[in-house]
Amino acid sequence: MTQAHQLMAAGLHLGYADREIVSDLNLNIPAGKLTVIVGANACGKSTLLRGLARLLTPTRGAAYLDGKPIHQMPTREVATLLGALPQSPIAPDAITVADLVGRGRYPHQGWFRRWTPEDDAAVAEALGATDMGELADRPVDELSGGQRQRVWIAMALAQQTDLLLLDEPTTFLDINHQVEVLDLLTDLVKERDRTVVVVLHDLNLACRYADHIVAMKSGKIVTEGRPVDVMTEEVVREVFGMTSRIVVDPISDTPMIVPIGRHHVEKAVA
Amino acid sequence: MTAIDTSYIASVRSQRENKGRRVTLGLVFALVLASAAALTLGDFPVPPGEILRSLFSPLTGLTNKGVDFIVLQVRVPRLFLALLSGAAFGLSGIIFQTLLRNPLASPDIIGIAHGASAAAVFCIIVLGWTGLAVSLGAFAGALLTAFAIYILAWRNGVTAYRVVLIGIGAAAMLSAVISYLFTRARLFEVQQAMAWLVGSLNAARPGDSIVLAAMLVVTLPLLVILVRGLDGLELGDDTAHALGTRVEQTRLGLMIAGVALAAFATAAVGPVGFVAFVSGPIARRLMGGAGRGIPQAGLVGALVMLVSDLLAQHALPNLQLPTGVVTGGFGAVFLLWLLIVSGRSGRVN
Repeated sequence: MTQAHQLMAAGLHLGYADREIVSDLNLNIPAGKLTVIVGANACGKSTLLRGLARLLTPTRGAAYLDGKPIHQMPTREVATLLGALPQSPIAPDAITVADLVGRGRYPHQGWFRRWTPEDDAAVAEALGATDMGELADRPVDELSGGQRQRVWIAMALAQQTDLLLLDEPTTFLDINHQVEVLDLLTDLVKERDRTVVVVLHDLNLACRYADHIVAMKSGKIVTEGRPVDVMTEEVVREVFGMTSRIVVDPISDTPMIVPIGRHHVEKAVA
Repeated sequence: MTAIDTSYIASVRSQRENKGRRVTLGLVFALVLASAAALTLGDFPVPPGEILRSLFSPLTGLTNKGVDFIVLQVRVPRLFLALLSGAAFGLSGIIFQTLLRNPLASPDIIGIAHGASAAAVFCIIVLGWTGLAVSLGAFAGALLTAFAIYILAWRNGVTAYRVVLIGIGAAAMLSAVISYLFTRARLFEVQQAMAWLVGSLNAARPGDSIVLAAMLVVTLPLLVILVRGLDGLELGDDTAHALGTRVEQTRLGLMIAGVALAAFATAAVGPVGFVAFVSGPIARRLMGGAGRGIPQAGLVGALVMLVSDLLAQHALPNLQLPTGVVTGGFGAVFLLWLLIVSGRSGRVN
């Protein structure tokens, strides 16, 4: 972690087999900020994240890390600069918290897995940052959903990369754990100067926590910027095909989207 | 955020490593005991002192022709063959089980052993081969089957799920081939083929272990390097990739190593059932979360093979069973137990 690393996409096309998911996309990830990608299901937000994280080779164009096309860089080198947490990682049976978090040290270790004091220090720091210290020797199977998600984030932290990309880290979590995870990511940005990119489902939490929000539809960016500046009723209609009213979040002064459906909408007359 | 002491993390890690070491030492100790028993027991019991003298006789010159023949020409080769083939089966089993994330995915279930068997039966019945030629045929059969399964399972990369399903399909098809070959064979050939199919150490000769030993010498260093990649692969392909693992290369390399281990072991002793299947889960259980237990699974495999062979030789008076009969019985009980336990805890894979 020295100077901030720069991640961007230029003319990026991503797809599987003959189906194009993301087409001709340009994006600059602001360094030292929390960027949130939102959009309806199947809009390509996870695919974009996978492309940015080098988990998917672009069909055309490229994602660039510090100006170099990321899919042409050596896997291990990328892994020391950029950490990524996919949507559903698998915890091996009976693995302990410290062991799983230690896996994040993989790109920093040689062929013969020599553990150094730095590795232990990185694991300790990651467990501290996620408040998982006292559970270090517990099996991951025994943890709650929120704790488990924190273990995975701790693993990505132990990788000690400047950039961190997470795909829906709050899905399946109770609301209190969702807030906990987003607070943790904000700590990382504010206190440790990390650049974090996260795909989120919940628009209101996205608007509250994002420094920079990217709204996507059918593989293209509809708008991006500070949530206060870009989140409008028109954008919500275009991205989600739903009418809504935007009010000011009483807690954070960020935009809050109140959906308007067909029922229980007595006060919706414009 | 709370600060965590680095020394605490180091102590949690060294506790885990110590547990792994204790399991390994315990297994090595058990292997030494079982080996001593294997050299001592028999129609002609040899006391431990005599065994030591005999083992060192090429160096010391203190010979006793009769005893030396039994120890060095009969029991030692059989012991080595049991240890090496057991270790190879155990390692091969846990590699596949870990890679495919499924305890059912051992080479004796996903068709690789069946490929070796079908080829061996073909060699015996159709080509009339015997001895080493049959082993080579079995080896080629295992490799060919593994290759076919890999190709059929390939669709922009290989997923565990497809390999297991296609493997089970291949196993069923190859069993049918074996049955077909039996229907058109003469009784003597069928007997010969059946003896090979059950798997046995009864015919162990001094030279049998050499090929297997050489193969292990080549494979083990490769395995030590590749196994590191499992750190990531165990967490899913995307996570592995994000951690800097070369996913396809590592997986292919491990599969080749696993197939080679299973193929050589099967070629040497026949498809001794269930050794590959039980070793991994037993090693895992012994480790209890203290690691993947891959070297330990090799040791468990050697121990299972050796103890099964001892039982096969000495459990029933006046009757030598083929080793595969004992491992088969043991393995079937273990399979039931595994299904009951995993059914209870609600986990099937």
